[in-house]
Amino acid sequence: MAILSKEEAKKIIDKVLAFSKADEISVGLSGDRTGNIRYARNSVSTSGETSDLSLSVTSVFGKKSGTSTINEFDDASLEKTVRRAEEIAKLAPDNPEYVPMLGAQQYAETNSFSESTAAINPDYRAKAAFDSIDPCIKKNLTAAGYLEDSAGFSAMGNSKGLFGYNKATSIDFSITVRTADGKGSGYAARDYNDASKLSTASATEVAMQKALASSTAKALEPGKYTVILEPTAGVDLLQNMMRSMDARNADEGRSFLGKKGGGTRLGEKLFDERVNIYSDPQNLEIPGSPFSGDGRPQEKVMWVESGVVKNMTYSRFWAEKQGVKAVPPPSGFIFQGGNESLADLIKGTEKGILVTRLWYIRAVDPQTLLYTGLTRDGTFYIENGQIKYPVKNFRFNESPVIMLNNVEAIGKPVRASGNLVPPLKIRDFTFTSLSDAV
Amino acid sequence: MLSVFWQRARSFLFRAAALISKNIATAIFVGNIFYIVFSILLPEHSMKRRDFMQMTGMGAGAMLLSAVPVIGNPVSAAHLLEPWIDVAAKKKFAEIALNAAKSKGATYTDVRIGRYLQQYLFTREKQVQNIVNAESYGVGIRVIANGTWGFSATSDVTAEGIAKCAATAVEIAKANSKFQTEPVVLAEQKGVGDKTWKTPIKKNAFEIPIQEKIDLLMNVNGEAMKNGAGFVTSNLFFVNEQKYFASSDGSFIDQDVHRIWPTFTVTVTDKAAGKFKTRDAISSPMGMGYEYLDGLTSEKIAGPNGLVGYRNSYDMVEDAITAAKQAKEKMSAKSVLPGKYDLVLDPNHLGLTIHESVGHPTELDRVLGYEANYAGTSFATLDKWESKNFAYGSKLVNIVADKTQLNTLGAVGYDDEGVPCKEWDIIKDGVLVNYQAIRDQVKIIGEKESHGCCYADNWNSVQFQRMPNISLKPGTEKRSVMDMIKGVEKGIYIIGRGSYSIDQQRYNFQFGGQVFYEIKNGQITGMLDDVAYQSNTQEFWNSCSQLCDKDDYRTFGSFFDGKGQPAQVSAVSHGSATSRFDGVNVINTGRKI
Repeated sequence: MAILSKEEAKKIIDKVLAFSKADEISVGLSGDRTGNIRYARNSVSTSGETSDLSLSVTSVFGKKSGTSTINEFDDASLEKTVRRAEEIAKLAPDNPEYVPMLGAQQYAETNSFSESTAAINPDYRAKAAFDSIDPCIKKNLTAAGYLEDSAGFSAMGNSKGLFGYNKATSIDFSITVRTADGKGSGYAARDYNDASKLSTASATEVAMQKALASSTAKALEPGKYTVILEPTAGVDLLQNMMRSMDARNADEGRSFLGKKGGGTRLGEKLFDERVNIYSDPQNLEIPGSPFSGDGRPQEKVMWVESGVVKNMTYSRFWAEKQGVKAVPPPSGFIFQGGNESLADLIKGTEKGILVTRLWYIRAVDPQTLLYTGLTRDGTFYIENGQIKYPVKNFRFNESPVIMLNNVEAIGKPVRASGNLVPPLKIRDFTFTSLSDAV
Repeated sequence: MLSVFWQRARSFLFRAAALISKNIATAIFVGNIFYIVFSILLPEHSMKRRDFMQMTGMGAGAMLLSAVPVIGNPVSAAHLLEPWIDVAAKKKFAEIALNAAKSKGATYTDVRIGRYLQQYLFTREKQVQNIVNAESYGVGIRVIANGTWGFSATSDVTAEGIAKCAATAVEIAKANSKFQTEPVVLAEQKGVGDKTWKTPIKKNAFEIPIQEKIDLLMNVNGEAMKNGAGFVTSNLFFVNEQKYFASSDGSFIDQDVHRIWPTFTVTVTDKAAGKFKTRDAISSPMGMGYEYLDGLTSEKIAGPNGLVGYRNSYDMVEDAITAAKQAKEKMSAKSVLPGKYDLVLDPNHLGLTIHESVGHPTELDRVLGYEANYAGTSFATLDKWESKNFAYGSKLVNIVADKTQLNTLGAVGYDDEGVPCKEWDIIKDGVLVNYQAIRDQVKIIGEKESHGCCYADNWNSVQFQRMPNISLKPGTEKRSVMDMIKGVEKGIYIIGRGSYSIDQQRYNFQFGGQVFYEIKNGQITGMLDDVAYQSNTQEFWNSCSQLCDKDDYRTFGSFFDGKGQPAQVSAVSHGSATSRFDGVNVINTGRKI
């Protein structure tokens, strides 16, 4: 059994802490069961399940630290692991940026565990794949998909009195459907904590429709277009921006949040005033871990409010040096939106391009957060509120910062890669060339 | 990859709470791979995004955050030098697996007993951020039963553990044969008997004291800062794969593989202007020992304006000094005027273009659609190959695949299916002539022998088709880079790997670089900034108009190429001489926010 209860986990952690001879010790204990199934060319290609329980010990002497891990839990093994971590620590160089461990913390309750996901077995996965492959075979389409589920727990404790425990589950599904002639391709992706929310059949249906509808693509001239980015497309660019909000980089003058003349753009209006981004580990649709990797509590944090940068992420070292609160990076973010669905946004568009997915996104210039990449698996021309015809894929060169100043409309957020992201209608999105790829 | 079923009987995962060392605090855990957030970009690397979010920004100090995978458990540096069990003991274990699988009904079995060692050093400015010593040790057993693949792995390297693991592999194969529509057929491979192969290293990097490595990196950082860098991160990566392969064909192969990658990023900032510029190392990851860091003068290739290219020996301190000066120069470099230019591409840049636009599209499993949901498919379809006249590039373009080139990342004696390694043509005189294929695929292209390019990144991952070295042959006419530049009227000389992106069928790409020089009427006139070129694979390779000769030839590589779901990494080199491409579309990437 890879998922220990809070009490079982605490008992093991306390035992390990008692073996310590170091200045400080922290113990991480985690276990999970993850499984997956992968298919391509309408047949299953790989499938498996892994179960794991593992403990890690970090011992600290002064500013030297060392880590050791073990997956045996008898007293002798646990003690040996503590001694090994201590030996490694003694040999380590000083870390001038070492910050002493946190004491006891208050953690929020998050609803990140779901029994329906924890109960997944090989039969469930086989059926999930069948529900996706079978309709494709019937329509002479080719399915390639991947499903991965995980159920586990994570606990941590240290010699300063900190203890945290959380159980979590996740299920991630993605499907690419291609037409037999290779001229059409469609994609859909879903992720949840609770597997009962996933229907591989309905996600596949969306991908099938897109594959069939995309097979006679016309070439449009590259240039600036009004686009509707579906959440699956928008999330990657937004996520890249959210990952770039580290305060130290900004303070050091090497971030998009660095300011001319020194300092940061914290408190500046950097985006359209309708842009509001926050994180909340207790959000019911994207419940996250109540603590970050180093034990800091995850709390509700406003990152962007009415277009103004309200917070940046900190390491504990940098926050202490700057004398500010050490806000950890969030596990997922929520981009607030309205009530309009994707269909509503399309209806309200005179001329534009609907984008299903972006691919191979790479940073071009970290100064401006300029990214390049391509559209993929369903790109369509919209005219007078209707999807008119499929178009060839484009390469884009665009910055999320510029994009979020060119907001036309924000739809209703849906879950995408662990975040809540609305479909976004953006004007003047920059496409720089055409691709023949399907 | 045709109907492979795997199971990790026991894998050492350590999870987000269990940082390998708290002092870097930028570790990520995905599957059995442990990632450290780091300032490089990995081609097509996959990880769960939420895990990434959880861990980034925690003092990484890196601009382009990505992650470095570490496989296995942290150990002491001394442990990495401890000898492993001898070859007779390995053979005994392997025979237990072969016999156990056969007795359960396997018609084919291969077993890989592996010890995977890694030592990674991370520094910034005047401090060591982290030193990772890790070991992963166990056995992976792959069988065919009822015409279906089965795979199981265990870290319990005992007679009982191995026999049980073999039985599980057979059970999995049988259980899943109901999914199988066509039985797996392997290309024939005669047993090679008892063999050994070692990377021909001169200095084992694991034997060099840690302090000497720290001193080198501190010297690199110090010199970069003395020459104008505001910030610098530097790293050393060492890998040693000790692996024993045995198969029911009668092969018993003991291999000892070494890899090294020194790299850094320098950053120059101008707070008053609110600007910053970076320059990465122009080193290459190599299949060599610590001798790569000797910085031999004989391995330096002189370029224009005092620029230096490094062949099989790298001067890290010299490059750091150059990098700081170049990053400073970038601050005031002219922003490029978009348009058509003739490009002169340095091997340290061209390697990645080869990787993305020739390496990936000629992977046969990708051509067939096995990677459709993730990395994508390929424009280089079977009908183009069958036509025998598909002009992938100009007549000058000869691209070979190999796992034999000395000092490269791909070089081994035998692949992870026990196939002896070789060299073969992919593009000959501009025409697509072959793919990269392994034992269960090669019949599709009418060949009787595997190409020998099967690889697994760990004992508990199942082996599948991975890219061998893919290299552009140098020109036969005598030509240096200076000679080449002399002939260019309006061009750009590009060095180093920058931003790179390509579509899922490998038609349309965009590449940046580390440094760009404007060429006017045969002369370098100064540095440019905001340069990226966009092209189409076939158009680009057909615009190849001139090659430097073998004296300019050197390799570039990728230490962590990603493929598959769940993702595996692999290391691969790409050789070329400086090459010229005419009339390529260059865009300006400068923006204001």
